[in-house]
Amino acid sequence: MEPVLCIERLSVGYAQRAANLEAVQQVSLAVAPGECLGIVGESGSGKTQVFMAAMGLLSRKASVSGSVRFAGSELLTAPPSSLNRVRGSKLTMIFQDPMTSLTPHLKIGVQLAEVLVRHAGMSWRDAWVQAGLMLERVQVPEHQRRLRQYPHELSGGMRQRVMIGMSLLCEPLLLIADEPTSALDATVQAQIIDLLRTVREGIGMALVLISHDFSVVAGLADKILVMYAGRVVECATAADLLSHPRHPYTAELLKCVPTLSGPRLQRLPTLAGQPPRPGEVSAGCAFAPRCPRAADRCRSERPPLADSADSQVACHFPLSS
Amino acid sequence: MSGLAGEAIRRFKENRAAVIALLAISVVVALALVGPWINPNDIETLDWRHLGSPPGAQGAHWFGTDRLGRDLFARTLAGTRVSLGIGLVASVMSLCVGVGYGAVSGYRGGRIDNVMMRIIEILSGLPLIFFVILLTVIFGRNENLLFISIGAVGWLTMARIVRGQAMSIRQREFIEAAVASGAGAGRIIVRHVIPNVIGPVIVYATLMVPQIILFESFLSFLGLGVQEPRASLGTLIAEGAGEMEAASWILLVPGGFLAILLLSLNIVGDGLRDALDVKES
Amino acid sequence: MARYLLMRLAGAIPTLLIIVTGSFFLMHAAPGGPFDQEQTLSPEISANLQRAYGLDQPVWVQYGRYLKALAHGDFGPSFKYKDFSVTELIGQGFPVTLELGLIAISLALIIGVPLGIFAALRHNSPADTAAMSLAVVGIAIPSFVVLPFLALLFGVYLRWLPVAGWEGGSIRYLVLPTIALALPPLAYIARLTRGSMLEVMRSPYIRTAFAKGLPMHIIVARHALRPAMLPVAGYLVPAAASIMTGSLVVESIAGLPGIGRYLVQGALNRDYTLVLGMVIIYSSLLIGLGLIVDLLYAWLDPRVRLEA
Repeated sequence: MEPVLCIERLSVGYAQRAANLEAVQQVSLAVAPGECLGIVGESGSGKTQVFMAAMGLLSRKASVSGSVRFAGSELLTAPPSSLNRVRGSKLTMIFQDPMTSLTPHLKIGVQLAEVLVRHAGMSWRDAWVQAGLMLERVQVPEHQRRLRQYPHELSGGMRQRVMIGMSLLCEPLLLIADEPTSALDATVQAQIIDLLRTVREGIGMALVLISHDFSVVAGLADKILVMYAGRVVECATAADLLSHPRHPYTAELLKCVPTLSGPRLQRLPTLAGQPPRPGEVSAGCAFAPRCPRAADRCRSERPPLADSADSQVACHFPLSS
Repeated sequence: MSGLAGEAIRRFKENRAAVIALLAISVVVALALVGPWINPNDIETLDWRHLGSPPGAQGAHWFGTDRLGRDLFARTLAGTRVSLGIGLVASVMSLCVGVGYGAVSGYRGGRIDNVMMRIIEILSGLPLIFFVILLTVIFGRNENLLFISIGAVGWLTMARIVRGQAMSIRQREFIEAAVASGAGAGRIIVRHVIPNVIGPVIVYATLMVPQIILFESFLSFLGLGVQEPRASLGTLIAEGAGEMEAASWILLVPGGFLAILLLSLNIVGDGLRDALDVKES
Repeated sequence: MARYLLMRLAGAIPTLLIIVTGSFFLMHAAPGGPFDQEQTLSPEISANLQRAYGLDQPVWVQYGRYLKALAHGDFGPSFKYKDFSVTELIGQGFPVTLELGLIAISLALIIGVPLGIFAALRHNSPADTAAMSLAVVGIAIPSFVVLPFLALLFGVYLRWLPVAGWEGGSIRYLVLPTIALALPPLAYIARLTRGSMLEVMRSPYIRTAFAKGLPMHIIVARHALRPAMLPVAGYLVPAAASIMTGSLVVESIAGLPGIGRYLVQGALNRDYTLVLGMVIIYSSLLIGLGLIVDLLYAWLDPRVRLEA
């Protein structure tokens, strides 16, 4: 089956005074229909930039190369009019901070209804009704009242539900969720993840879940992709990756996830060192300075992303499965 | 610290408009100062043979003469000197008052700050011209009054800006250290607060000068400012406006000088703001 | 919402009172009286004049009488224009000045705001640079320099428009004065709008609007415009003050029979009641405008409404 989203060798760069800053380098990935792909990485790994580029949301200063195909059509070269037909209806995205992501001076109802008015050609009255129904679906109580309220009158969790609702109105093929729970309390986080799961099952929608937190991704993802310094370092099914990570970085990250079971730790495990700053280019593997398994070859030669069976890893000395 | 200054100077130099403007200001100032030596005419002599003559070489009146035969070039330069002089003096006064007021208000905080800010609010409410007019009605046309009222133009905004900076600086650690080492409030303000607000102050001081020159010209134009026999650009423009239909150069020369001066000062001020990367608060 | 308005109104009245009182006592504290500049009068005539204008009473009594008259809309007699009361002069001149000012501020907004939006949407393009360069010129050069230049160009050289005059207010006489008055605020509003628009367009909620597939014109009109207008709303009162100040000069140059001209004459003639009356009128206008702007803020930003 054709993937819903197919990204090939995507690179995003920013021209600076001295040199170019490469935020994303040659990233390729695919999302099958109905699949949930989790994207994990530290901040600065480029995980958000990849999908901002796909949605055409990057500033004019960014130079983007490569290919992004959604449901068969190329997005990167599409004219604004065709891009706008797809964005917000079949390809939607929600962002990290729901407070600043909603327009402060417009009622919730307006912000929901305008999607339907624009994409489905509905009248404002019909769209308003549908918006109310959607609020019910995303479990926002008293939806009639809420429709007439402004974003600052809602709690963080409710605002994120509104964002999710906004993205589901036209039954999208793919929803990209960029750190949807990072700005929320732990209890609310779990609710939002549950909501995403329910919704996905309901309409068979594909989901890209971006997070720096493995525990958020682990509950939902079918496949997980790990990024470091603008590149893909590992990609495998969730079950495989979580139990037998092959890239040292993935293994270290997993060790950092605190668990409730297991022996009591004196100190929380951390990864030594810092990820390379955007723009710092090295000849070898970007993770080499921090890798416990690094050898000379790692520092001089960058490992290519190697395919094997249904997984990929970019490492000269991957961990055995 | 010099690294920042060097960076700022480099950025300023890249701004071609600002550099040209700076050049223009220098030319005008140079002319104003050096003028009397290179111009064969002076401002008082009435040249009976060339009453109201247009610019040209007649009688060496390069910019022509006015109704009474006085050389326009000389008068314009004299007017420029007066306007620049008042502008600078009033700016410095305004600067001192504004910076001092703002520093004290921002650093002390609390009730003193509240009261001081209320005063500024009330004073900002009414346009300055009305104060000046009231004062003129009461005290008559007095040139000393002129200085006071013109100096009152800029200090309000300056005080506000300095206060904002002072308040944010107050929180920083080195102030706590200074307080802990026993330095009095006055000393802290002078030694620490003021050097740190230099950036915005320079920018707004530069933008204040044209405002002040403008206000002085405005008052002089109306007859409430500089009085005869002294001339400022404002009075010259007023004269010129009256002679517009018959002898347009009497308006164009001083008007042109004032326009160039104000425009250049504004462009330089904007350029400085970009170079020093100061945000509008 | 209504309560907010009432509260602001209640706050405005004391301010006005302070201005009236302050001006009144300031003027009476001044050395000399309003008749000092005339030829020296004999003591009897002087005393009679004082009595006739009520100047022989203690200051407090004069103040009280002034306030009382004020409440009835009577600003007292003009000391210089002997046949007219200040109220009459205001009545004659105010409509002219008001018309001038309203047209000027409307021009400044109608042209300035779209210009700023246009420049913002074409950020860093030649059009943007050109617009902002013009804006600097407009901001730097004051009305009293612009008007004579315009009059010279269009009135004397091209002969398209009259140089000065009023003639009952036909449009030809309004063009140059209103343009000269509108130019500085227009330029400032354009620059302000552009900066504000650029900042708003970088907001996360605009990014969401793009992600929803909304076209540019809807994003600008529905999502970006209102927040972008906040700084402009805040500038309205200073803009009005700037136009008021400019009108003093413009009316004098262009020979327009508005209250600005009277104010200047009053200052030059030391006509106390006239100046006092004019100052009160102008202050009231500004304070009233301030109230309207407060309402505008509440509409532009719903968060303000709830705080009130």
